[in-house]
Amino acid sequence: MNIQKNKHTYWNPYFGGFLLGILILFTFYMTGRGLGASGAMKSGVVTIVDALASNHAENNAYYSKFVKDEKSPLNSWLVFEALGVLIGAFISGGLAGRIGWRTQHSPKITKNRRLLFALGGGILFGIGAQVARGCTSGAALSGMAVLSTGGFITMLAIFGTGFLVAYFFRKNWI
Amino acid sequence: MGPLIPNGVIPYEWNNIIAIIIGIVFGFVLEASGFSSSRKLAGVFYGYDFAVLKVFFTAALVSLIGILYMDYLGYINMEQLYVHPTYLWGAIIGGVIMGVGFVSAGFCPGTSLCAVAIGKIDAIVYVIGIMVGIFIFSELYTVFQPLYEGYFYGNITLMDSFGINRYWFVFVFTIIAILAFVISDLIRKRRKKIFY
Repeated sequence: MNIQKNKHTYWNPYFGGFLLGILILFTFYMTGRGLGASGAMKSGVVTIVDALASNHAENNAYYSKFVKDEKSPLNSWLVFEALGVLIGAFISGGLAGRIGWRTQHSPKITKNRRLLFALGGGILFGIGAQVARGCTSGAALSGMAVLSTGGFITMLAIFGTGFLVAYFFRKNWI
Repeated sequence: MGPLIPNGVIPYEWNNIIAIIIGIVFGFVLEASGFSSSRKLAGVFYGYDFAVLKVFFTAALVSLIGILYMDYLGYINMEQLYVHPTYLWGAIIGGVIMGVGFVSAGFCPGTSLCAVAIGKIDAIVYVIGIMVGIFIFSELYTVFQPLYEGYFYGNITLMDSFGINRYWFVFVFTIIAILAFVISDLIRKRRKKIFY
């Protein structure tokens, strides 16, 4: 018998979801706020622009919200949390033997096509996460935990659109 | 009485240390659940893997029910929790843009960080893309500003918007989630298996 299986085995999704829910609960209990991910990347962009063109960052109405004289934009809760995410995922991946330089893509598409769509998707997600003031973690997941109307709307918009446009991207995945 | 740090039960200096610890658990759970794999994540949109649906809604329900219980038992004051603000059209249009980005790239920001941590090159390119996107938004901020700041309804919850009882809402939401889990398993059985 040669049954084809996925190369990697992961946790039961309900177990992972349960632990993630407990973590969100713990985060609200400790800090009064939820989790986030795109916020750290925004701090990164603000820091780079501020370092390269300080005047421009001060004059731009968006960057200037996040540039403060007394401390670096990188000195923020979300940046420390994102560093933790990198460490935690590295530990999990290391224990499961999943670490290595590779580009994961469907055998039906080329590596370059995959990287191009990853870049384009990233640009869209970066813009969308600013417009909605948060990504899947900060707006949708953490918003839903406290029954935020905006959080539920963003969650429905992300996944609803995903299902609507999935047909046009099917070659990349199936 | 929680939240602990805003109420001074735990000194504020612990804030960043707790951030790293919370991040480590967050990253570990996401990676161990398979969220460092874009092909696993994208499965939810094609019906060959529903891990995203299951993890996401289980997490939302556990945290939601947990917060309601802790509020009820007096361990946490729900009034003090930060409620993500509602900018109606920003939430909708931003979500739509993110939806297209999600299907295109197969990652969202949190999951891409997990994939970066284990060396996925497509995830590194994706994170660069996110930073380019944030840069574009910031440079064109005056164009986006009416959408970003407009249609503001405050830090409202579903209770404020629709006047529904939160306990009944969570109960109904739980039933819907369980039905979605059952239906997703039925769909997955009918779909061609994808191996990755």
